[in-house]
This record gives sequence, structure tokens and C-alpha cells, in this order.
Amino acid sequence: MKALSQQRRHPLAAVALLLVGLLLTGGLYAAATSVNEAQASNVPDAYSASDVEEGERLFVANCATCHGINAAGSDAGPSLVGAGAAAVDFQVGTGRMPMQMSGPQAKQKPAQFNDEQTMQLAAYVASLGAGPSVPEDEYLDTSEGDISRGGELFRINCAMCHNAAAAGGALTEGKFAPALAGVESKHIYEAMMTGPQNMPEFNDSNIPAVDKRDIIAFLKNNESQGVPGGFALGSLGPVSEGLLIWTLGLVLLIGSMVWLTSRSS
Amino acid sequence: MGEHGNGDPQSDAVIRAGEGKSSGHAIDNPGLPPHRPRLADVDEKAAKRAERQVSALFLISIIGTVMFFVGYFVVGVTAGDLEMLRLQNTLLGLGVAFAMLGIGLGVVQWARALMPDHEVIEDRKPLRKEEDRAEAAATINEIVDETQIKRRPLLRNTLIGAALLAPLPALVVLRDLDRSEDFGVERMRHTIWEEGVRLVRDPTGTPIRAADLTVGSVVHVVPETLREISEHGERLAAKAKSVVLLIRMQPDDLAPVTGEQENWTYEGIIACSKVCTHVGCPVALYERQTHHLLCPCHQSTFDAAQQFKVIFGPAGRPLPQLPITVDDEGFLVARSDFTEPVGPTYWERG
Repeated sequence: MKALSQQRRHPLAAVALLLVGLLLTGGLYAAATSVNEAQASNVPDAYSASDVEEGERLFVANCATCHGINAAGSDAGPSLVGAGAAAVDFQVGTGRMPMQMSGPQAKQKPAQFNDEQTMQLAAYVASLGAGPSVPEDEYLDTSEGDISRGGELFRINCAMCHNAAAAGGALTEGKFAPALAGVESKHIYEAMMTGPQNMPEFNDSNIPAVDKRDIIAFLKNNESQGVPGGFALGSLGPVSEGLLIWTLGLVLLIGSMVWLTSRSS
Repeated sequence: MGEHGNGDPQSDAVIRAGEGKSSGHAIDNPGLPPHRPRLADVDEKAAKRAERQVSALFLISIIGTVMFFVGYFVVGVTAGDLEMLRLQNTLLGLGVAFAMLGIGLGVVQWARALMPDHEVIEDRKPLRKEEDRAEAAATINEIVDETQIKRRPLLRNTLIGAALLAPLPALVVLRDLDRSEDFGVERMRHTIWEEGVRLVRDPTGTPIRAADLTVGSVVHVVPETLREISEHGERLAAKAKSVVLLIRMQPDDLAPVTGEQENWTYEGIIACSKVCTHVGCPVALYERQTHHLLCPCHQSTFDAAQQFKVIFGPAGRPLPQLPITVDDEGFLVARSDFTEPVGPTYWERG
């Protein structure tokens, strides 16, 4: 310290001081902004207080009958604390919630709320506890996705329920995995994140966001490229194909037998 | 055999076709309906028309064959061009269908409309007497003589030897069904899972941290040691036996177990073989709310909360459970191999 104080009148001292000061402010600023950014990426939706307030109003009016006041759950519906904005955006955005009637599975129907109301509901549920948030556009840009990798991931993780051609399939006791054609990329992503109803959850540590984008890219490509081999018959495999060939084949066989055994005029 | 039954056709009541007379039987022989000539038989124009029809059908067959070759050689399919591929598939399929159907329908139409359709009756030959039998015996004796089997005992003996030995291969094959000896099924008893082997994701090969698995997650898992097997066929065989499904549920949802199996799960994380115990399809349709695992082939349903007990369907026993725990770094590892053979039930299981 003594050496430093002796040097303080050195002609370059002011320059050095200025440099140190600048570096310090710059460093602090950089650190502060990166912290801000980190916080921002945790809550990308940045819902305003009024969104949350309006969402709560909508929630009490439309959802609280089953999910309970304060979304704590009841016998008729689960607690939504920690369900996250992604779950709300998926369930309300695809019309599955509010549920039309109780049954093995809530079915897709025209959405009951517009985009803004859905966002407000999501804001309210997100404010109740940390949960998966609505995906960022970066991970929904299918042009960036690796289709063949997405296909491999889809066949290993998804195809057993959703069918290799994503045409959907039956589960137990009236439940089913829906067909994935025509589903918005955002909703596919949110379904993987949150595991709606009986679907398992595939969070980012299991299938990273980039891999999810690959899967969506594969699905969208599958949808747009069409079927190379004639009639797909719903892509359901041996069930629909077998039914068709069985009925059509029998009709043809009976017809040709009648023709063979009839007398020529 | 005596004379009995060799009745004289004239004295017995033999039905003669077309007579339609009372013959003492309960039902009279109605005979054949009158022959009605077809249009093509009487009208030369109709015959010409039938001829044209048949040749048109044959022409369709020729066109079908040409279609096939157009589809095969003329339609160029470049990689990724699905429109052309679809056109080619359609031409190939329709071409072969028309080629076969045209010939078939043409021949049938030919036979129906043009070939003679007069009725023909082939009478049963009357049964004759002893001399026929004597004649047959003489023929057999003649054959035996001509084979020279009596004169040449070497031929006869070698034939007998060959005929006795020929069925032996069947016995050897049947012996393979003998369960007392092991014919390689021992390989089915073990997989490459062993103590301390990390569970990694299929296909990315990343290890799984227990803390990263949220409740309701499902991960498709292979052993980390799988990638060390360099030979492709062996790796596939090892993978086929060792594929595992990893599920996390609320620890309270798991039915309580006692004994050794108590330590087979970790904080509600449970692992099972993906190979169905019925006929070996991959069981992976998991319902997170009911904890049911469904096999897509024959709808065998297993309850993941009750050690994968069979609750529906043809499977005979639960899915084998893989005992798991975590290592020092928090990654999931196997405690041991499966404690029973994976896959369909077979008799050597004991």
C-alpha cells in the first residue's frame, strides 16, 4: 500500500485509475445484464401483473369448479400449482380444457378462449408456482430441425403410442394417443414438456429442447410429404388394411364365383 | 370275397341317366335338363362378339405388361421425388394386376361363351368278377418278377437298409426337443446388465441423473456397456435382450414390497425389461395416471405400480424388473442383472 500511495502522483496514475474504473464498471454492467438475461430466460413470457389478475378472474369463473379456488385441486380435478404456463397453453389452447364432460380422456375441441385469455390463464397458473413455460420460438422453427434425427427419436420415444406414422393409437379403457397431424408445433412441444393426461413427461433433461425441435421437424415433414405408396387407409397398419382387403376381397371372390358358374347367355 | 355284392348290372336296379323312369327307388332319377344352346352357338354375330371380348381382355393384359415396363424403365425416380415414386408404384401395381387379370378373365370368358358346353355323362364301369382280381394279381407278380428283387438279394437288402436308415434324421431332429440337455438357451438367461452399469438413454447414450427425472417421466434405456460391443450383430442381440423402460412415479404410488425387492427402486424410479413376457414385443405404452403399461401386439397390460404384475391379456408372468440405484455422482446404475430371464416364457426357465 505504501508503494501504491507513493506512486499516486505519477503522471500515468490518472490514466491507470481511469482504466481500472472503466474495467470495473464495464465488468459489473456485463455481469448485471447477464444476470438479468438469465432471469429473463427463466420467465420468457414476462407476464404483467394485470395478466395474472385477469387470468385469476377467468380461472375463478371457468376452472375453479373442478380445480378449486386458488387452483389447489379438488376431487374433480388436480391441483395446478406448479403445472406451469405450458400446460395451460396446451390444455386450453387445444380446447381440451375446460372439459366438455368427464370421461376416460379430455378430447380436443375448438378452443373456448382466445389467445389473449389463454395467455392470461397461463400467466395466473404460472404465478402459482414454478413450472414449464411456453416454448420459445427458437425451438419451434422446424426449418432448423434435423429430420432424420427427429425420426429416430420419435420412433424410440413416441411411436409406440402415437403410431410410426403419427396416426395415433388406442390405449386401455377408452383412452387413446391422438393423431399428430395438424397439431401446432407449440402444442406438440408443450405436450412433451408437460405430459398431458396419461402421456408421460419428456422434460428437457430427457429430450433436450433441440431434440424436441428435431421431433417436431420430423412430424411436420411427415405431414407435408404425403404417402408414397398409394392409399394410406389412415396409416393404421394391418387393422384398416386387413378390413379393406377382407371385405373387398370377399366381394370380389363371391362376384367371380357367381360369374364363373353362371351360364353364358 | 364271395359272389355277394357283385350283382349283375342288368338284374340290379341301376339308374340310367336321362331315363327318368320309375325304377323302384324312392326318388326317381330326374335326368338332365334339356340342353339350351347359347347365343354364341346359334348366332355367328354373337360368337364374333364373344371372340372380340376375349381378345380385348387379352389386350388389356398386354397393355398391363407394357404399363409395368413403362413404370419400371421409363419413369425415372430421383432421390426425394415422392411424386414420381408414387407414379412408379401405381404403374407397377396396376400393370401387374391388369396383366394377370386380363389373361384370367379372358380364358374364363372364352370357356364360358365359345368352348363347347354340351353335357357329357361318364357311366360308372360295371363291377366285374374274379378274373379281374386274378389279372391284378398277375400284374403285381409280373412287376415283382421284372424288378428282379427275388433274383438279386443284394438289391433287396440294400433297399431295406436304406429304408430303415432314412427316418433316422427325423429322430435326430426330434432329439433337439429334449429339454434335459442345454442347446444354447443359457444365453437367454443373462443380459449385459451387471452391478454398477449406468443406465443411458437410447439412442443418445447420455447417462441419467435421478434428480433430472420428473414424476411422470419415461425414459427408454440401454446399458452403457452396449456401445463397447463393436460387432454389429452382437450389439443388436445384446440390445434386444437388455432394453429397459425407466419410469418415475410418486414413491407413495408404488405398492409396498418386502424382502430383497425393497431396494430395487430409487425414490419412485422403477425400471423393467421392455420385452413382453408373452411373445416378446416391446412393451412401452405407458399411462402415467393409471401406471398401466400396455403391449401393442396382444394388449397384455402390466401394472408398473405393482412390480409389473399382469392385469390383463395373454402374458403369463410379470415383466422382469431391473434392480437400480444411484452411483456417487447421482447417475442411475443397475444393481445387478435381471434376476430372471427376460422375454417370452420358455420351458427351460424352470
